[in-house]
Amino acid sequence: MAEQSLGFIFLSAAVVSNFVLALFLGICPFLGVSGKVATASRMGMAVTFVMLVSSTCAWGINILLGALNAEYLRLIMYIAVIASAVQLVEMIVKKFSPALFRALGIFLPLITTNCAILGVALFQTNRGYSLLQSLVFAAGAGAGFTLALVLMAGLREELELADVPGLVKGTALTLMIAGVLSMGFMGFAGLGGG
Amino acid sequence: MSAPATTDAFLKGLWRENPVFVYLLGMCPVLAVSNSVINAVSMGLASTFVLVMSSALVSLLRNFIPKQVRIAAYIMIIATFVTVIDYLIQAISLELYAALGAFIQLIVVNCMILGRAESFASRNPIGPSILDALGTGVGFTVAIFCMGAIREILGNGSFAGIDLFGPHFEPWIVMILPGGGFFVLGALLLGVNALNQRRKAADHG
Repeated sequence: MAEQSLGFIFLSAAVVSNFVLALFLGICPFLGVSGKVATASRMGMAVTFVMLVSSTCAWGINILLGALNAEYLRLIMYIAVIASAVQLVEMIVKKFSPALFRALGIFLPLITTNCAILGVALFQTNRGYSLLQSLVFAAGAGAGFTLALVLMAGLREELELADVPGLVKGTALTLMIAGVLSMGFMGFAGLGGG
Repeated sequence: MSAPATTDAFLKGLWRENPVFVYLLGMCPVLAVSNSVINAVSMGLASTFVLVMSSALVSLLRNFIPKQVRIAAYIMIIATFVTVIDYLIQAISLELYAALGAFIQLIVVNCMILGRAESFASRNPIGPSILDALGTGVGFTVAIFCMGAIREILGNGSFAGIDLFGPHFEPWIVMILPGGGFFVLGALLLGVNALNQRRKAADHG
C-alpha cells in the first residue's frame, strides 16, 4: 500500500469510498445535522479538523505502542485521544468564535462518538499509512464527509417545500434519499479501481 | 422491584424502545454489516455482549465514578470490552473477523451502548441494568437480523449461505451494495411508522 500516490488516497477517501455513503461511517450526524446547509458545512469543517488532529495523534500513538509492545491498548488510547481532541477543539472554538460555538451547540461534544473519526484512525493503522499519507487520508475523509453532509442538507432544504405523505416524512425519507445518493456515488467506483 | 417491572426492563428494548427502529441509535453497524445474515447476527451478538458487560460494570461502579468524568470513564469501560470481543472473534474465526473488519472495533462508538450506560445503568442496581442491556441488545440483534435477512435473500437469493431459489433467480445486486442498505432500512422504518400510527388510531377510535 505504501506505493499509493497521495492524490489517489485523497480521491479514494473523498468520493470513491465515501465515508458516509459507501462505508456507513458517521451516519448519526449525517441524519441529525443535515437539515440546513449552513450548519452542515460548519459541522463538516469541525469534523475535518478533529480528523486531522486525531489522525496525527493516532499515528504517533501507534509507533509508541508498537515500541512498547502494547498493541492491545490501541483502541483505548485512540478513543482517549479523540475525546481530548474534541475537548481541545471545543475550547479553541469557544475562545475565538463564540458565535460559531453557539451555532454548533450540542453537536460539538457529540463528535467524540462519531464513528467516522475513529474509523479514520483505525483504517490508517490497518493500511499502514505513513504520517503524510495519514494526513492526506484524513483530509480526504473529512472532505468526503462534508460533501455528503452538504449535498444531503441541500436536498432536504428543497424537500421542505415538497408535498410528501405524512407517513414517509422524516427519517424514512432521508434514508431513501441517502440510498439514491449512495447509488450516485457508486458511479465514482471506476476511478482508480476503487 | 416487582416481577412485572423487571420483565418490562427486558421487554421494552425489544419493540417499544427498540434502539434501531425507535431511537435510531447505532445505525452505522446496522447499515454496514447487514449484507448477509451471518455477519448481521455476529455483529448483533458482539454488540449485545459489550452492552451487557459494560452495563453491568457501569452499574457496579456507579457510586464510585465522579459525575464530571463519567462519560470518559464509561467510554474506557466500553473500549475494554470491545478489545476483549475483538480478540475473541479473531481467535474464533479469522474469516468472520475479515468480513466484519473495523466495525468490531467501531462498537466503541455505537451510541446505543453509551446511551444505555448513561441513561439506565448509571442509575440502577446491577440486576435491572443487565436485564435492560439484554433487552436492548436483543432488540438490536433482531433489527440487524431483519436487515441482513432481507438484504441477503433479495440480493443473493440465499439465507445464511443456503441457496433458496435455485439457479433461475436473478439477484437484486443493489441490495448487497451500500445503497440497498439505506433503502431497506428506510422501508423498515416506514413499516414501523405505519404500524405505530395504525395502533395509535385504533387507541383513539
